[in-house]
Amino acid sequence: MSAVEIEGLSAGYRGTTVLSEISAGIGDGGWLGVIGPNGSGKSTLLKAMLGLVRHTGRVRVDGRSVSGLRQRDRAKLLGYAPQLPQLPVGMTVTDYVLLGRTPHLGPLGREGARDLDIVTEVLERLDLLGFARRELSELSGGERQRAVLARALAQRTGVLLLDEPTTGLDVGHAQALLDLVDELRRERGTTVVTTLHDLTMAGQYAEHLLLLDTGRVSTEGSPHEVLTAELLGRRYAARVSILPLPDGSPVVAPTRSVVSGRE
Amino acid sequence: MRDSRSPSVDTAEGPDTPPPPVRRPRGSTLRPVHLLLGTAALAVLLLVSVLTGAAELGWQRVLAEIGAQLTGGVSPLSEREAAILWQLRVPRVVLAVLVGGALAISGAAFQGVFRNPLADPYLLGAAAGAGLSVTVVVTAIPQVNLGTTGIAQVAAFLGALGGVGLTWLIGRSAGSDTATLVLAGVAVGAFLTAAQTFVQQLRVESLQRVYMWILGRLSTTGWNEVLTVLPALCLAVVVLCACGRLLDLLGTGDEEAAALGVRPGRVRALVLVAASLATASAVSVAGLIGFVGLVVPHLVRLALGGSYRVIVPVSLLFGGAFLVGADMLARTVMAPAELPIGVITAFTGAPFFALLLHTSRRR
Repeated sequence: MSAVEIEGLSAGYRGTTVLSEISAGIGDGGWLGVIGPNGSGKSTLLKAMLGLVRHTGRVRVDGRSVSGLRQRDRAKLLGYAPQLPQLPVGMTVTDYVLLGRTPHLGPLGREGARDLDIVTEVLERLDLLGFARRELSELSGGERQRAVLARALAQRTGVLLLDEPTTGLDVGHAQALLDLVDELRRERGTTVVTTLHDLTMAGQYAEHLLLLDTGRVSTEGSPHEVLTAELLGRRYAARVSILPLPDGSPVVAPTRSVVSGRE
Repeated sequence: MRDSRSPSVDTAEGPDTPPPPVRRPRGSTLRPVHLLLGTAALAVLLLVSVLTGAAELGWQRVLAEIGAQLTGGVSPLSEREAAILWQLRVPRVVLAVLVGGALAISGAAFQGVFRNPLADPYLLGAAAGAGLSVTVVVTAIPQVNLGTTGIAQVAAFLGALGGVGLTWLIGRSAGSDTATLVLAGVAVGAFLTAAQTFVQQLRVESLQRVYMWILGRLSTTGWNEVLTVLPALCLAVVVLCACGRLLDLLGTGDEEAAALGVRPGRVRALVLVAASLATASAVSVAGLIGFVGLVVPHLVRLALGGSYRVIVPVSLLFGGAFLVGADMLARTVMAPAELPIGVITAFTGAPFFALLLHTSRRR
């Protein structure tokens, strides 16, 4: 269980500023959804939190600043699954998930029985035990995404940073994956920060949304406060309608422009 | 995610019983059987190779001689035969083991660092650097002996390291990714090879000698060459074997490796320095022997799986065995003439490799 606070975070690559003065927060076991148009800095925000890009400002986990921590110590607090993971050639699912234990291993990097127990538990929880000895290249897209999530879960961190975890998945597999993250969050109190392109899913799963635009916070708040036709139309330059579901959660529906002469 | 998409998993113990811990799959960790097989293959080839040559020593007498050396007993060999065994054949076979092991372990390391199965120990300009240095020495000192330890070996060693160093400097100045480094290696290799050709044209009579050196050869003067290779190789072996898991991590990409608490730039630098040291020491005593560093790690990967924790140490053993076998062929195919060993490694390695690729794809 870990509360996350982001304070005045700015980041960029080779002299170009991508993020400016981002501040946000999410409580223990909460789910922060980061949304925004392409190039708004969503992935860079996660990378800055992980210390993977040059940044200024602070990130705190349970009140403790992670900015000054060694990379290894930071990896014990923040688990990460990238948008486009590179999967090592010829590696089995078990070996891949065991890589998640890296921050907890000794100088010789040898895994012990406890590490194998944790990996077994994670594989079982994600219904991957049947694939344990298979090579990653033999998995389907949905199974691979679960393997990447399993690798991040094997880190046993209080915070999970997931960059577009549903990339390449059909709607059913995307839902199944986000359901699983939600179940884990509720069971273990893991705090989740995800970037998501699908605004409806972002509104259904995240408690709190952070809308970024050109590297700055445009709006933040509950899904109802952020997912409005006017705001999204302005920030995404898109035509959308917001349709309420019976449970009240918003559906973001793109609407086609009226073409003259079309029946 | 308990839905119809999930695979059915047979849990005979029932839903409340925790499953037994997963077992490490084949090829994940170095098992004693891997080392045993590699050592056995090496030992057999060593013995056969030591027995192969113009002078007939006989395997019983050689074994008795080894036993006598170990126990302090009476040697069954004459003084001349003992000299042939201990000053000619054994050093040469041991040198083959060391050079083959060095090239194979470097190839495995390069393939891991660059996440590219086509990488070989000469990728970063080691071959071109050594080639230029030796050519300069041969043209400047025509009477230099390329077959014995001396200035040519030192020049090759420094040239190989210089080539890699230049590649590293250019690669670093242009960016820190591996693709930039490989491109820098291509540029440095092309430039140094052009410089080598230019120097050769200044003294055309050096062409044949340089060409023979480039084809690779194993010739020894007692134990000098073995002692030349040994320190750098020992250091490289310790570093590279310790980096097997880190090479597996680099396979996930720099960002993921860093997110897991590793500094990918430092790991890459450490592995490249160690692998280049091993390559340079091999090149300094044996010239440019191709194919070992490319083929052997591949064979190990095809046989034992994709973890560098296994590929690196097992490549060391099988690289040594491969070169001992190739050297035996080089000495016997056209006896009493000797073929350049680089010709043998390419001639036997290429078709064997093609066959293995073909069968592995079919599987």
